[in-house]
Amino acid sequence: METVIKQSGKTQAIKEKANKVMGISLEDAKLTKSYLSVAFLAILLGGILGLLQGLNRAGMFELPAWLNYYQVLTAHGLLLVVVLSAFFTIGYFYAGLSHTLGGLLPKVRKMAWIGFWMKIFGFVLAVIPILMNEASVMYTFYPPMAASPIFYIGLVFIVLGVWMCAFGAFINVASWRKRNPGQHIPILSFFATGVFVLLFFGSIPVAIEVFTIIPWAFGWVETINVMVARTLFWAFGHTLVNIWYLTAVSAWYVIVPKVIGGRRWNDLLTRIVVIALVIMNITGGFHHQIIDPGISEPVKYMHVFMSLAIGFPSLMTAYAMFAVFERTARRKGGKGLVGWYKKLPWGDVRFLAPFIAMAAFIPAGAGGIAQTTNQLNQVVHNTMWVVGHFHLTLGMSVVMTFFGLSYWLIPYVSKRVLTPQINKLGVIQTIIWTLGMIIMSGAMHWVGLLGSPRRTSYSTYFDNATALSWDPYLFFLAIGGTLLMIGVLMQVYAVFYLMFFAPKGNTEFPIAEVEEDEAPTPRWTERWGLWVVCMIVLVGMAYVIPLVDFIVNAPPGSPPYKTW
Amino acid sequence: MMHRSEKVWLILSFGMIIGFMLIAGYQAFAFEMGPPSYGERIDPQKVDETPPFDKPGIKKIGENEYEVVMTLQVFSFTTSEIEVPAGSTVHFTLTSKDVVHGFQVAETNLNAMVVPGYVQKITQKFDKPGEYLVLCNEYCGAGHQMMSTTITVK
Repeated sequence: METVIKQSGKTQAIKEKANKVMGISLEDAKLTKSYLSVAFLAILLGGILGLLQGLNRAGMFELPAWLNYYQVLTAHGLLLVVVLSAFFTIGYFYAGLSHTLGGLLPKVRKMAWIGFWMKIFGFVLAVIPILMNEASVMYTFYPPMAASPIFYIGLVFIVLGVWMCAFGAFINVASWRKRNPGQHIPILSFFATGVFVLLFFGSIPVAIEVFTIIPWAFGWVETINVMVARTLFWAFGHTLVNIWYLTAVSAWYVIVPKVIGGRRWNDLLTRIVVIALVIMNITGGFHHQIIDPGISEPVKYMHVFMSLAIGFPSLMTAYAMFAVFERTARRKGGKGLVGWYKKLPWGDVRFLAPFIAMAAFIPAGAGGIAQTTNQLNQVVHNTMWVVGHFHLTLGMSVVMTFFGLSYWLIPYVSKRVLTPQINKLGVIQTIIWTLGMIIMSGAMHWVGLLGSPRRTSYSTYFDNATALSWDPYLFFLAIGGTLLMIGVLMQVYAVFYLMFFAPKGNTEFPIAEVEEDEAPTPRWTERWGLWVVCMIVLVGMAYVIPLVDFIVNAPPGSPPYKTW
Repeated sequence: MMHRSEKVWLILSFGMIIGFMLIAGYQAFAFEMGPPSYGERIDPQKVDETPPFDKPGIKKIGENEYEVVMTLQVFSFTTSEIEVPAGSTVHFTLTSKDVVHGFQVAETNLNAMVVPGYVQKITQKFDKPGEYLVLCNEYCGAGHQMMSTTITVK
């Protein structure tokens, strides 16, 4: 990944200074604006679909035959899990790369645009069969259910577009390192490097899976190895979860301390958290297969340990965040054991939204640790509990962090300012969103424990008493979903107002400095090659045994089925 | 670099994760409470002619002990509407004839993925009388929300 640097060091240095003073260049700004626009349009569409599901699941609303529950659910998943998360992550980190590395290289910008259009093209290809009811296979598209081949070809383009952006980021970071020998990658770009490493390596398994599915979906190959496909999917599926999580975590460590007027947590520990998450992440995906057949219990147990290990850097983060809050508040004169909390800027949406997002990760992370623990998974696997869990993690911790970022990131790229009115709107939106998610996710967790399954349209199972007893809980899905819809509309309004109508002005890109007396970070944290090797070794340890077993001792494969 | 309180926190965190591992591991391997992991292979297109699935049904195999052989297919369970006396231990042997299905019984810990090409086994003791709802918890197509049956414990 070598690049030719056309500018001499001196002009580059001047450019970097200008970049810090003048803000983002118009070309880089346009890129991020486009990515964020798509992300928030995705949440608008995905939110509307989510509301339809909530109303249906509560038994209050029958979907028409031309748009059934499973079509809606597939689209909802793709829009929010793939489009929103990928487009926001890339838009935000590309702005961060531009800001911290002295602008994007022209070549990298071009790559990001090519990636942008590839992803859009891929998404359109994937959506057409969904709308035609040719691909009601959910975000997980488990074989031997077979969607239209066009759906999978669309997914290939989405993955290729993501890879373009990942390589663009690597090239930009490599070029900066060449120009700044002996320096550490700026912290936000360090996070970006971690995220793009995960995006690239994490999507390799799903790319392999899709390449085996396409000929089978076309009918050129008769059967498919179901367990190999499933395992490859989850090697990617949970990595994606941790990609958007790591994106949110970057904001917690780097942005939020600055917003509250403090300094960021210890640089070395922050980088260790990034490295740990990058190394350990891909192997965590296996916990989606804890009650699958054909995997021996000792192998599952090893995977449980690998999954639980991911909790450790998150627990480090929990400490770090509250330590930063307390330290900052005490410097501002906060007193008492917990009385210092009064000194935090609760009325500032740029703090309030990510703070509630972090607080939500306490139950969300705890639930995650519980449900990944071997036989405990059996109690909740594929029930509504799991849906409740990822609406806390993704819907609260991650998406609310994204919302909080948008209140300065969008003015920053639009050369506008956040107005007090929009800040107030944001605070109200945050409260509505929080209430909606607590009501919906709480009910989902509870009814899941009672046995209500996920990914199932409203059903009384022929008036079964047990199923009927779930209805009061499912009613809360409609209430929560309605609040969330109001939240989506407010948020999308705020985003596009800040993008096109807010008063012109300069908005700062808030990156917190380290404490003054901090020891310099050791050089070894920069050895990305080593971290990638460690990651690959761990992935090998986790996946070689089951995958070889599934391939060598494969049963006869399965033909494609269209069961919808 | 690290405060004492942080070290305490990290030790507690690490201890919690290891504690989870030890308890879950002990239960799984000493009491056989581990997740269903049976792995016998079967040709998914020849389920009907492969024993034991050529004769799905319920068989009494001991004092208060039953074996249920069941196939899952869109959108039903064969054997369905099982009846056993209270206090019975039931061993389920399952496979799928088409796509991936889930085998879940509400108000119990019965929960297993049933994947074409693989035989899955899971066991449960039914102490409390009542009608238990059996359902598919893995999306399997247009009639997924209809795929259910019952186990009656008398």
